[in-house]
Amino acid sequence: MARIVAIWFPHLITDRMIRRQPELKGVPFALANNEKGRRIVKAVNSIAQEKGVFTGMVVADCRALLPELQLFDYDEKESKRLLLSLAEWCIRYTPFVSTDENGLILDASGCTHLWGGEKEYLREIHTRFKNFGYQIRIGMADTIGCAWAVCYYGKNGLIITEGKQAEAISTLPSAALRLEKTVCEKLEKLGLKTIGSFMLMPRTALRRRFGQALLTRLDQALGAEMEMLTPVKPPSPFEERLSSLEPILTATGIEMALKNLLAIVCERLTKESKGLRKCELRCYRMDGNIQKIEIGTNRPTRNSIHLFKLFELKIQQIEPDLGIELFILEAPVVEELLSSQDALWAMSSANEAAVAELIDKLAGKIGIAAIHRYLPAQHYWPERSVKETTSLTERPDAEWRTDLQRPLHLLPKPEYIEVSVPMPDYPPLLFHYKGLLHTVKKADGPERIEQEWWIEEGLYRDYYCVEDDKGARYWLFRSGDYNNSNPKWFIHGFFA
Amino acid sequence: MVDKDIIEKLQKKILVLQGNHKPDKEQLGVGLGAIELVFPGNIFPRGAVHELISLSSENASSTNGFISVILGKLMQKNGCCIWISSKRKLFPPALKVFGINPEQILFVDTWKVKDCLWTIEEAMKCDALTAVVGEISEMSFNDSRRLQLAVEKSKVTGFIHRQQPKAMNAVACVSRWKINSVESELIGKMPGVGFPRWEVELLKVRNGQTGKWLVQWSPRGLEYISEQIVTTKIHEPKIA
Repeated sequence: MARIVAIWFPHLITDRMIRRQPELKGVPFALANNEKGRRIVKAVNSIAQEKGVFTGMVVADCRALLPELQLFDYDEKESKRLLLSLAEWCIRYTPFVSTDENGLILDASGCTHLWGGEKEYLREIHTRFKNFGYQIRIGMADTIGCAWAVCYYGKNGLIITEGKQAEAISTLPSAALRLEKTVCEKLEKLGLKTIGSFMLMPRTALRRRFGQALLTRLDQALGAEMEMLTPVKPPSPFEERLSSLEPILTATGIEMALKNLLAIVCERLTKESKGLRKCELRCYRMDGNIQKIEIGTNRPTRNSIHLFKLFELKIQQIEPDLGIELFILEAPVVEELLSSQDALWAMSSANEAAVAELIDKLAGKIGIAAIHRYLPAQHYWPERSVKETTSLTERPDAEWRTDLQRPLHLLPKPEYIEVSVPMPDYPPLLFHYKGLLHTVKKADGPERIEQEWWIEEGLYRDYYCVEDDKGARYWLFRSGDYNNSNPKWFIHGFFA
Repeated sequence: MVDKDIIEKLQKKILVLQGNHKPDKEQLGVGLGAIELVFPGNIFPRGAVHELISLSSENASSTNGFISVILGKLMQKNGCCIWISSKRKLFPPALKVFGINPEQILFVDTWKVKDCLWTIEEAMKCDALTAVVGEISEMSFNDSRRLQLAVEKSKVTGFIHRQQPKAMNAVACVSRWKINSVESELIGKMPGVGFPRWEVELLKVRNGQTGKWLVQWSPRGLEYISEQIVTTKIHEPKIA
């Protein structure tokens, strides 16, 4: 007979929030979202619940009841995601875990003895979740229906011994059978408050009055009808291993192993139409040491030749020492890669791939931080008029401006210069830069650029384009004006 | 007469061996006008490395301006270019004036000269690129030979901009340029600064004529102010 464990998280989302933000501990709070024009409470923490707030209440009522109640937005997907990740975590207890509306169902058949018995098994699960900060209710029985009923409506931590489902559920309310609300209400109205009060009634009478669903649920709880679990499947990691008969000592050997592993991984990537972004080769040495090399790619790829080339640059970092007995190739970061990708600057796809591969190669040696691509940013302030992008395919969301004169060379930081200016708001006559005196012959300007006060406070700049007697063109600016203080002059760039 | 024909044929063969392939029909000029006439076959060599020398930071920007003029023409068909430098000052938005979309250029900034040369070589080997610009100060003959061999295979046009080099040593590039900024001029004594004006000096060119031109970059393109070809002698091809 199967042994099923049901776990219920009465305050799943709120417990999670307390775990993330410990300052919420001891504060009544609730999560709400909009429904039919009203804000309805979707989850409450235990403190708020004790004070009378429950799910399904209108937020305005809660506020009147409990003015200090804190409210947050409720995200339905978040709760599902959380439940799924908890289910994946629970795979340590049994290979068959499935999610329920508010909890988990574990098929613990043949697993409990590993923890020293059913009691210890439940205690272990209970303690682990408690330590994480999750309040849980837990129950164990032969069937899913019975375990669920015990978990939600019975004593916490109750274990129903084999074949005792009927006794266990007979005292529980009808809602413990996972019935629809209307059926429950009908039963209640007829005075059938516990399951035991109608469990032994003739089936035909029950079916006629309450429908087949009641009988199915009852049978499922008692074990007369099978109920299947749909177990959660964790994504299997892109990992391949290759052990060698004899310890590998040479670079050629490592290359061969790497090529084999890459071929297997790339084949699987092709099947699942994915590409890898990061890949790691771990070499387990005879003496227990692990040698590791890692590569990253700019965009998802599954070209084993290209990946091998990236690794090739790093193979010399591996110290085989006494020899390597096991190779493990893992792709921790994998992304979708469809055969048709965004066009990169209208190049042919072969060229595009070649450029991306070149960039991967460069990034592997000198680091991705050294490679830049720029897009226009809508700011006048010169330092902020370009923004960097990490994507190769991102297109500019605005036009590059050509109406304003901008120097071809811009100094990373404006450099201080000494000037002589005939009168305020005029370009300088002379300026000293790097120990040389420049006589200004021609000048354009000023172009005033104000600081963007919402980003940074500071003086405005008056830019002048000047040309000296040798024909060199510079971009100078005065920071501030002559009214209040003695403004400073700077050189900021060179024109072509 | 027969001898002359043979010599011409042989010269053409040598040109091909040196990486000056017969230009395709698509390969038109690069917008340099009269300057292009001094090159073998009257066409600006693509798939070759050009060396440009600048001796001051003012001229460095003029030199990059001249490179941008050529790049603007080369990248008309939506190519991709990689700009590699060890201490870059180039300000991408200014490239738009030269007809280049700055987002089509990938900038690689390395601090180590060794990495810089490696990057340039790897980029020049990649035939998917249209052009590669490398800004370094020192380059040995061997380095330049490696780069030249790389581009001959990949047909990428390479530019090596050497800023304030210690010595103008011999290199295996097809040409050596020097660009100086010159005082601009405005019509009718108008105030302000005019269009960028450069003195373009072609110091060395393989199988071509050297020369010196005064040009101006305006929205209409490259304009010739005056033209003076210094030497008419054909440079003897160097065997690297």
